[in-house]
Amino acid sequence: MNAVVRYFKSLLLIELLKGMALTGRYLFAPKYTVRYPEESIPKSNRFRGLHALRRYPNGEERCIACKLCEAVCPALAITIDSEQRADGSRRTTRYEIDLFKCIFCGFCEESCPVDSIVETHVHEYHFEHRGENILSKQKLLALGDRFETEIAAARQQDAAYR
Amino acid sequence: MEQMLSLFNSYTAQFPTLWLTLKILLLPILPLIIAVAFYTLAERWVIGWMQVRRGPVYIGMGILQPFADTFKLLFKELIIPSQSNLFLFRLAPMLALIPAFAAWAVVPAGEGMVHANVNAGLMYLLAMTSMGVYGIILAGWASNSKYAFLGAMRAAAQVISYEIAMGFALVGVLIASGTLNLSEIVQAQAGNLGIGEWFMWPLFPLFVIYLISGVAETNRAPFDVAEGESEIVAGFHVEYSGSAFAIFFLAEYTNMILVSFLVPLFFMGGWLSPFPQGWGWIGTGGPHWLALKVAIIAFSFLWFRATFPRYRYDQIMRLGWKVFIPITIAWVMVTGVLVYTGVLVPNA
Repeated sequence: MNAVVRYFKSLLLIELLKGMALTGRYLFAPKYTVRYPEESIPKSNRFRGLHALRRYPNGEERCIACKLCEAVCPALAITIDSEQRADGSRRTTRYEIDLFKCIFCGFCEESCPVDSIVETHVHEYHFEHRGENILSKQKLLALGDRFETEIAAARQQDAAYR
Repeated sequence: MEQMLSLFNSYTAQFPTLWLTLKILLLPILPLIIAVAFYTLAERWVIGWMQVRRGPVYIGMGILQPFADTFKLLFKELIIPSQSNLFLFRLAPMLALIPAFAAWAVVPAGEGMVHANVNAGLMYLLAMTSMGVYGIILAGWASNSKYAFLGAMRAAAQVISYEIAMGFALVGVLIASGTLNLSEIVQAQAGNLGIGEWFMWPLFPLFVIYLISGVAETNRAPFDVAEGESEIVAGFHVEYSGSAFAIFFLAEYTNMILVSFLVPLFFMGGWLSPFPQGWGWIGTGGPHWLALKVAIIAFSFLWFRATFPRYRYDQIMRLGWKVFIPITIAWVMVTGVLVYTGVLVPNA
C-alpha cells in the first residue's frame, strides 16, 4: 500500500510542486544582499580595524614603550625600539606594525596598560606602493589624531564591560 | 504615399530573394536575438530573487546588462585549439544555430501570422529541433577535448531519448486535432468553453511530459548534465570562446523560447483566449494571449532551474525510457479511444 501511495505521489510530481512553491515564495522575500559601496551594515563598537596610537588630551603620547603589545602579538607584527627622553620618561623611538602580518586579533589593544594602541573602526584602506603596509609611529599617531573622537566614543560605549 | 507604395512593391517584385531575406531578418531573427538577450537578464533576475539575492542591478539598473555581456563576448579572442578539426570546429556553431532559427518559419504568432503555413509543420518542427544535436556532437568531437567529447555524448544520448517521448506526445496532439498544420492545431482547440477546450485537459499526461521533455531537449536544468560544471567543466562548448560561444548560447536560448512557444500552441490553445468566445473582446484571441502563455512557460523554465538539483545521468535515462515512453504510449491509445468513441472530435 505504502509503495502504491509513493508511486502515485512521484507520478503526480507532488514533491516537485512543493519545491517550486518554496522557491516561488522566496521570489518575493526581502533580499539579503547589501549594495556595499552605497549601503553598509551597522558596525560594532568593538570592531577591530586599522590601528592607531592615541594621545592624552594635553597632546602627550600615551605609549610608554612597555612592549607588552610586542610581546603578546601572536603574529609578531609589532616592532618597538625605545630610549629615555630628555625629561627622563621612557618613550618609543620606533613603533611599527606590519599590516601584512597583523591578524587583527586585538590582543595589543587588550594588553595596553595606558590605552595607547587601539584598533579603529576603519576597514576600507589600500596600499599603492611596496612598503606602505608598514605603519610607522608617525602614521599611527596621525591616525589616532584623525579618529580620536570616534575611538573615544567607541571606548566609552564599551567601558562598562572592560 | 501611393507612389512610394507602388515603388516599394516594384522593388520587392524585382528582388524577391532580397526582400525575403530582409523579412526573415526583421521578423523572427532580430526580435529573437533581442528576446534572448533579455531572457538571459530575466533568468539572472528570477534565479537571483529566488535565492534571496538581487541579481544584476548596476548597469542601467540591470537593464543594460545583456548588452554588456554580448559586447564582452563579441570582442573576445576566438581561440581555436591547435589539435582540433578546423572545418568542423567552425561548422558546429552554425549547425547549432541554423536549425534553431529555421524552426521559427512554421511557428504562428496569431491567426495567419506565420511565414510558411506548411501543412506538415509538426514534422518540420520535429526535424528541426532534432537537427540541433548535430551541432552539439560535432562541437564536442571537433574540439579534441575529453570534456567536450563526454558532454557531446551525454547531450546526444539525452536528446535522442527524450525525442521519442516528445514525438509520442505530439502523436497524441495529432490524433486529437487531426492535422499537422500548427495553425489548424490551434484552431482545433477553439470552442465555446475557452480554457476548457484546450488540449491540456484531455491530454494532460502528454502536456506534462511534453513540457518536461522540452526542458530535457534543450539541455536545461535539471537535465543539464551535458554541461555538468562539476564533472566535465562546461560540456561540449568548453573549447569555444568569444563569438563562437555566443552562438551556442544564442542557439540554446532560442530553442528554449521555441519550446515556450510550442507548449502553448500544442496544448494551451495558442493565441486563443482562455475565456469563452461569447465574452466580447476578452474572449477574442490575439497574439497578446500567446505572448502571455509564452511568458508563463518561459518563466517556469527559470523556475525549474532555481528549484531542482541536477538529475543523475542514469536517472535521466530511466525517466526517459522507463517512465515517459510507456506513459505516452498508453495515453496515445487512450486518446485514440476518446476520438473513436466521439468524446474528442478532431477537426471540429
